[in-house]
Amino acid sequence: MIKLIGIAIIAAGFALRFNTLLVVLAAGIATGLVAGMPFDAIMEEFGRLFLANRYVTLAAVMMLPVVGVLERYGLRERAETLIRRFTAATAGRMLLLYTGARQVSIALGITSSMGAQATVVRPILAPLAEGAARARHGTLPPAAVARIRAHAAAAENVGSFFGEDIFIAVGAILLMKGFFDDLKIEVSVWAMALWGIPTAVAAFVLMAWRTRVLDRRITRDVAEARPAGTGKP
Amino acid sequence: MSLLSLGTFYVLAGALMLATALRVAIDPGHPRRATTALFWGLLGGAFAFGGLLPPRWIGYLVLVVAILAACGGVARSREHTTSPDERLESARRLGNRLFWPALLVPLTAVVGSLGFGRIHWRGIALVSPVNLSVTAVCIGAALALVLALRLTRAPVGVVLAEGSRLLQAVGWTLILPQALAALGGLFARAGVGAVVAGLVEQALPTQYPWVAVAAYALGMMLFTVCMGNAFAAFAVITGGIGIPLIVRAHGGNPAIMAAIGMLSGYCGTLLTPLAANFNLVPVLLLDLEDKNAVIKAQLPLALALLGFNVLLMEFCVYRF
Repeated sequence: MIKLIGIAIIAAGFALRFNTLLVVLAAGIATGLVAGMPFDAIMEEFGRLFLANRYVTLAAVMMLPVVGVLERYGLRERAETLIRRFTAATAGRMLLLYTGARQVSIALGITSSMGAQATVVRPILAPLAEGAARARHGTLPPAAVARIRAHAAAAENVGSFFGEDIFIAVGAILLMKGFFDDLKIEVSVWAMALWGIPTAVAAFVLMAWRTRVLDRRITRDVAEARPAGTGKP
Repeated sequence: MSLLSLGTFYVLAGALMLATALRVAIDPGHPRRATTALFWGLLGGAFAFGGLLPPRWIGYLVLVVAILAACGGVARSREHTTSPDERLESARRLGNRLFWPALLVPLTAVVGSLGFGRIHWRGIALVSPVNLSVTAVCIGAALALVLALRLTRAPVGVVLAEGSRLLQAVGWTLILPQALAALGGLFARAGVGAVVAGLVEQALPTQYPWVAVAAYALGMMLFTVCMGNAFAAFAVITGGIGIPLIVRAHGGNPAIMAAIGMLSGYCGTLLTPLAANFNLVPVLLLDLEDKNAVIKAQLPLALALLGFNVLLMEFCVYRF
């Protein structure tokens, strides 16, 4: 039981917002100590594992100069132009379109260097989705605006989480590969990437359901906010 | 013998980090000059020359790196890049051609994984067969860089400047997956998996293969919710439930188990406030009143997708 201390340390470290890297090391050291390993041996083992798993980071580093040069010459601006061209009749369909596009682009390994919540959702996606709803319903009540924004953030999370494990060079696939290599179990990165596809498709289908529900709720919010008897503004 | 291997690219990646360290060290305007330079210098050394050093040194080196990061010693320098107007202008000029180099990478990865292993000349292979697909991605990245430079007609010096800019933007989170993979190995060595497996076997009738699958997928989700990170949960749950029960006891396919298991963990990421970057930061960015608005928006999808994952794994993991 005491060997599970590492899990408790990680949970506590996350909850208290300590630096994750240090939390991970602390969890490793504590686990090793309660298992009776001397400190020096833990460092040796961790160092050996860190070296053996260098390739988990490798592809990400090799991609940085490419992405950097392309960003310097307008990659992000070009992507923005393409997203702004999205035209969909409703907020929900707009978000669904974004989730699908995000899944495909991330599955092809085209990732931006910074968090898309700050660089895409807030300045582009949420305003576009709100705009689509306004074009249809006129002024939106605050409840509907909040609903659209929360779903815009969700569209980004769902799109990026359930697209990335299809590309073999992402951290997740390589981490799993490293884990199995260490246990001497032969597993192909391509097999893991291919088996990520059914869930990616299911995530998109479920997103289609959620965005339909969103559109219905926006209509309901608008109807409730409008005093009885008045028609469209 | 082979011309290109992972080792080649470890040296290249390490060189980029060392160059970043140097750029930081000679930048008088850097807010955390000494510690940031030390951080990238140590990491670059570990990448480029790690194989030549005793592993114990690497362990202590990573500890120093983590302490530097935790004390706020690692900051970004203001690397000069183009202005928004210049970028808009070149985006207009280059259009969708900007995506070509990025698309070259997955193309090279697919072609290379299938074909690079067959190219050899007088007993010297072009690419080492060890971890061929990762090497193929790296070769793709190198080719993409050449294509990007030709397309944009950027001077070669830009490569270091932009590489260093993004490396610093990513910062210490760069090595987090690698550190978590190492933690998984350490957990395995310390016998954490056996303890978890013992607990699960006591609590659940894991002699039924379908119970093992359900325990694994749900365990991935629950531990991700509690630990805030699917990668960390993967090390514990795969070592504790996946390997001993699904793979060893019932003969399940490890690739299918891991792929779907990790994605079950992501369902947990959609539900946990501990994953602040995904679930709490947008609440602030979007001025939402309800702190849990994003999690609530994701809840039905996350649970339905988890159900799908459990069924998919039940059907496939013992069959393929």
